[in-house]
Amino acid sequence: MDNKGLTFWNRIKDSDIYFSFIKSPTAIISAIILIIIFFCSFFVEFVTPYNPFDPSSLSLMDAFTPPSWTEDGLAKFILGTDGQGRDMLSTILYGSRISLIVGFSAIIFSLILGVTLGLTAGYFGGKYEMIVMRLTDVQLTVPSILMALLVDGIARGIISRELHDEMAIYVLIFAIGISEWPQFARVSRASTLVEKNKDYVSASTIIGVSNLIIMFKHILPNILRPVLVIGTIGLALAIIAESTLSFLGVGVPPTTPSLGTLIRLGNDFLFSGEWWITFFPSIFLVILAFSINLLGDWMRDTLNPKLN
Amino acid sequence: MSFLNINNLSVEYKMRRETVYAAKNVNIEVSKGEILGLVGESGSGKSTVGNAIINLIDEPGKVSNGSIVLDGINIHEDLENIVKYRGKKIGLIFQDPQTSLNPIITIGEQLIETIQTHLKLNINEAKDKAINLLKEVGIKDAENRFENYPHQFSGGMRQRVVISLALCCEPELLIADEPTTALDVSIQSQILELIKKLTKEKNLAVILITHDMGVIAETTDRVAVMKSGDLVEIGPTKEILTKPKEIYTKSLVSSVPPTNKKIERFKIIEKENKSQTATNIKILNRWNKKELLSQDLVEVKNLKKTFDDNFFSEDSNKSVMAVDNVSFKIKEGESFGLVGESGSGKSTIAKMIVNLYKPTSGDIDFDNVCITKIKKNSEMMKFRKQIQMIFQDPYSSLNGRLKVKDIVSEPIKLHNPSISSSDLDDYIYDLLESVELTQQSADRYPHEFSGGQRQRISIARALATQPRLLVCDEPTSALDVSIQAQILNLLKDLQEQLNLTILFISHDLPVVRQMCDRIAVLKNGKLCEISITEKLFENPSHDYTKELLKLMPKIESIYN
Repeated sequence: MDNKGLTFWNRIKDSDIYFSFIKSPTAIISAIILIIIFFCSFFVEFVTPYNPFDPSSLSLMDAFTPPSWTEDGLAKFILGTDGQGRDMLSTILYGSRISLIVGFSAIIFSLILGVTLGLTAGYFGGKYEMIVMRLTDVQLTVPSILMALLVDGIARGIISRELHDEMAIYVLIFAIGISEWPQFARVSRASTLVEKNKDYVSASTIIGVSNLIIMFKHILPNILRPVLVIGTIGLALAIIAESTLSFLGVGVPPTTPSLGTLIRLGNDFLFSGEWWITFFPSIFLVILAFSINLLGDWMRDTLNPKLN
Repeated sequence: MSFLNINNLSVEYKMRRETVYAAKNVNIEVSKGEILGLVGESGSGKSTVGNAIINLIDEPGKVSNGSIVLDGINIHEDLENIVKYRGKKIGLIFQDPQTSLNPIITIGEQLIETIQTHLKLNINEAKDKAINLLKEVGIKDAENRFENYPHQFSGGMRQRVVISLALCCEPELLIADEPTTALDVSIQSQILELIKKLTKEKNLAVILITHDMGVIAETTDRVAVMKSGDLVEIGPTKEILTKPKEIYTKSLVSSVPPTNKKIERFKIIEKENKSQTATNIKILNRWNKKELLSQDLVEVKNLKKTFDDNFFSEDSNKSVMAVDNVSFKIKEGESFGLVGESGSGKSTIAKMIVNLYKPTSGDIDFDNVCITKIKKNSEMMKFRKQIQMIFQDPYSSLNGRLKVKDIVSEPIKLHNPSISSSDLDDYIYDLLESVELTQQSADRYPHEFSGGQRQRISIARALATQPRLLVCDEPTSALDVSIQAQILNLLKDLQEQLNLTILFISHDLPVVRQMCDRIAVLKNGKLCEISITEKLFENPSHDYTKELLKLMPKIESIYN
């Protein structure tokens, strides 16, 4: 095999992962949906004509406009408006940015925490390993939403009221992150146990390489595959957890609404006939989580050496 | 017309980029009462031919051409009916007796199930037949062992059960795919004897697939040599092994380490036109060559190692004694062999010498300093530098996520942090060329290399710290014979030119004979004898050594 002289892009095209990607319509479709969502959410200022959080641009006259294809709809509000005359589509995209930021941050936080603990536990073994693994067992007996509610409750107790709205997003990231780390710890510990008995680790030990370098330079890259697969599926879970918490009113404040907050706000209007205010954020959340999960499934199948 | 005719058999695997032919127009015939050996290196297609006969080719492979005629019937014409032949007319023995029996069913049930699938017998008749079969393959006390589970049998006994399973429906053709590769020498010879005996008694046609020329020489009547899907040569075993016609067969035969004499170097036929001289060791000018003093470099004193596998009680009686009171000395500059069957503790000793395990009791002195009692890390680093190891498995001993350059540079940078990057590059290139790899290899990843090349990278890494002692733990047992010959030549050259001391661990007696000056024989963690190589082979003093020597498959046996 001569890979020399190939550009980076050609090398990607040549890889098995790319091959399996273009053979899987599900993966392609969900990837396209995700790319569109990510792009529109992160560049929302350039994509949407309205800023729903600029009070001067809002007009209460526009409030409760139904979607554009219905009888009373207006062409300029494709998905209608909410009770304050904010364009639904823009609000959803602003909201999904918050949701994605919280989801990604939370999953990266729990990934770093879980992998570090799992890797060191698997590598050193002994009492340290036992303590870490029993901790994950205990944590797994508490449902993650309860865990997040608990963290949020404590945070409300110790952070002053004025600061709370500002800090809410960080509390949320911490709360979700802390409830997801055990999975990462378990998977990385299990993979570390396999890897540390391989000869390349012995060879490094004999050369005299320190434990820290063996763990992070040699073992870590070799256990990343399963961790990334769990990370992808965990991302969907984290976004849903964020929405659930915001729906329950313990998430981000209504001034910077996330998808969950939007669903909660819209819920009040559901029975008065303004269904679109809660329906579109919900369906958006479902599509987002579903696409991430499908992509995660594809990744699991592709990266799993046993299924090849 | 012989019993089995394989005509123009081709098997192809349609891969993403190309179609790979695992077998190309293979013609083989086997008569009743004869054992045909199918020999070749890994990837030669020998197992493919065996599997094609019973149509056990996995997707995406398929038989693309040719016919298989068994007793006058083309069994590939009607693939639906091939199930009838599997087990009934054709018996199979696989390599690994651990996995070819179902661990949660007693062997009795497995036998009865197979018998009743193919023969119309009631349960008692089937049971009688099964017990008779077990007796026939040499299982003592068959009536009682009938109720046992596979894990209650040893490896050799389990392989006997597998043979009885293969025989239980009175097949006329037996396909044995590496039946003894997973077994120790002493058990290997018993199993081969059994196959030979059954062939005569039951007038079977047997295809014995193996990579071991010794097994071929001792067991088979005729042999077919395969290379990358092609049938190279077929004929009576004696003729093929003594007067091979094809170059490939010649090189295969000359790579096999002889058991009866020590040779200087292995002849590599494929390189015949090029120079046969020793490798140009480029790192020689960097090497801090120590003058050889006739002193002991390593002294192992009353070494013991136990493994506690009992977590709850600390009952030391139950712990496994892996190494039991072993003492020996290795002189500077010599090759010292450590020989034993699996479980003899030879790898455990190696791991204690390189300080991966701590001994339970006893000392290891290196250059007159006791290295087992060193506590300080900086002290230890001095010795880490001088003792390096080469591992058995070339696939797991290199980190697949690092480039070869980074793998080889790690020890250099660690022990010489001030080295400049251009000097480091030169050093890496010198190391790679010393093990006969090109400079371009440095920028590649391990998965782009074959097993033998990976082992060379492993050697380069071990040499990077300029060690005095090189511990080789079965360095060639995962490799094909021709590659093994090259690696052994390389090790010999390196030792000669760099004044290395080598501790060579192997289960393969012929290899040890070629490599070592002195040999220690181990059994169940105990030392049987230590002796100079020639003396050990010509005139062994310990009973166990005598038995090992008698049982090892000898390619020379064909001349008698």
